[in-house]
Amino acid sequence: MATTQTSTGTGVAAPAPVDAAPDAPPARRGRRRPAVGTGLGLGTAVLYLSLIVLLPLAVVVWRGGKDGPGYFWQAVRTPDSWAALKLTLVASLVVALINLVMGTVIAWVLVRDRFPGIAVVDTLIDLPFALPTIVAGLVLLALYGATSPLHVNLAYTQIGVVVALLFVTLPFVVRTVQPVLLELDRDMEQAAYSLGASQWVTFRRIILPNLAPAMLSGAGLAFTRSIAEYGATVLISGNLPFKTQVASVNIVGRIESDNIAGAAAVSTALLLIAFAVLILLDVIQRWAARRG
Amino acid sequence: MAKYLLRALALIYLLFLLVIPVGLIAWRTFGDGLGPVVEALTSDEALHAIKLTLTIAAWAVVGNTIFGVGTAVLLVRHDFPGKRLLNALIDLPLAVSPVIAGLALILVYGKFAPVGGWLEQRGIQVIFSIPGMVLATIFVSLPLVVRAVAPVLEELGVEQEQAAQTLGATGWQTFRRITIPGIRWALAYGVVLCMARALGEYGALAVVSGRIVGETQTLTLFVEDRFQNFDQPAAFAAATLLALIAIVTLLLTKLLRPKGND
Repeated sequence: MATTQTSTGTGVAAPAPVDAAPDAPPARRGRRRPAVGTGLGLGTAVLYLSLIVLLPLAVVVWRGGKDGPGYFWQAVRTPDSWAALKLTLVASLVVALINLVMGTVIAWVLVRDRFPGIAVVDTLIDLPFALPTIVAGLVLLALYGATSPLHVNLAYTQIGVVVALLFVTLPFVVRTVQPVLLELDRDMEQAAYSLGASQWVTFRRIILPNLAPAMLSGAGLAFTRSIAEYGATVLISGNLPFKTQVASVNIVGRIESDNIAGAAAVSTALLLIAFAVLILLDVIQRWAARRG
Repeated sequence: MAKYLLRALALIYLLFLLVIPVGLIAWRTFGDGLGPVVEALTSDEALHAIKLTLTIAAWAVVGNTIFGVGTAVLLVRHDFPGKRLLNALIDLPLAVSPVIAGLALILVYGKFAPVGGWLEQRGIQVIFSIPGMVLATIFVSLPLVVRAVAPVLEELGVEQEQAAQTLGATGWQTFRRITIPGIRWALAYGVVLCMARALGEYGALAVVSGRIVGETQTLTLFVEDRFQNFDQPAAFAAATLLALIAIVTLLLTKLLRPKGND
């Protein structure tokens, strides 16, 4: 995906109407009728996407790498950025692992358990996606900040950063595991029980292998979301370099101090990590599809 | 036994991560009654932030709805080279940090960038101004309408559209009378998602807006600014307003979610 991105970057540098023109003739050849309409619509859509997303992102990667890999590496290895990147990766990994377990537990309870109010719980799971991230940060600070009624002060700590990331990534594993669990054939489980397997053995040998691909892809999505998160962490982290500053906050700091080249380098590093994870997820999904 | 343990574990986790924090903010906001909340939300700054947020969200929703429906029709109903690439690229904004989205727009539309400089000479300021904020909002919410509409369009099939065209309907008539009614719930779902994301965006706007109080401050930026300036009542009031919008969104999407997605 990283290579696709750079290659489109160069394609996009040409004005989009030029892009649309070579598209029109094959469309006409393809027996599909409204070639002119397709070309026009496609040109407009590609132009919109290019001007707002593709061209700007391509420029970030170009700006991050234009002074050569040496400069890129040096900018990324600046002590504050390097510390921020390390914290981001470690915190996101922890968040992905906690989600892997807790997301599966929650999905399990939602599918297999019955109690009054379960529908409300099911709806609440999506709240972190609907809630603006800055509000998520503020809300967590109300419970886990200096004025905490629980007397748990996580403000300006790395644990606080992890909690904020857990909040915004809550739905990922739940929502990927839930449908798989719903579709899971229960005959196999019953067969295992009738043959004398314990609950734990049945879960480990029968259920877990079926859930694993969904769990991993959910955790992967939670990881990519975590490394990109800004709004939820900015308040609770207090933005202390070398201690609680995550990569996205570091990027904003560099933009505000007019170090655009540095900001672009750290951004490029984050983008590369995100694409590597997304490609890995794609591989996992293909592997699971082949097995299933 | 294991059943109750798991239930307790799941509920306690949700309680401490989600329910108590969100409840606490509402409780603190309304702790002194409605008066202070109304006062905090009707200050000049707050009113300006609300108006600006609505304006920007409206532009972004209009842009992404037209793009979303058009692109969904292209992807589902038409063949062209590079279709798979376009399909993959549409999801790109979801993988990118909002902060990087903001930086990306600055690098192209900033005063010292070629495109931004050219526009600046013609009197159009993009970055640190409303056009840039609209672009940033469009960036982060771009895939939502396409992804809501495309699967429903696929399922709808072409038979009714072909029937309409056989009976002499023009392309536009077919689209308006057959296609749009067929996808209306999916479209509403996509628009609600896009609207919620647009109203709640923070990171990309923090970078692109320059955070000029009373000028480029949206509601989310207002929350952060008030909190950092120790004006907690105003920060909590605005945060609660945004949370209420989020809850309404949640219930609407629950109602509108295309069947079979559950």
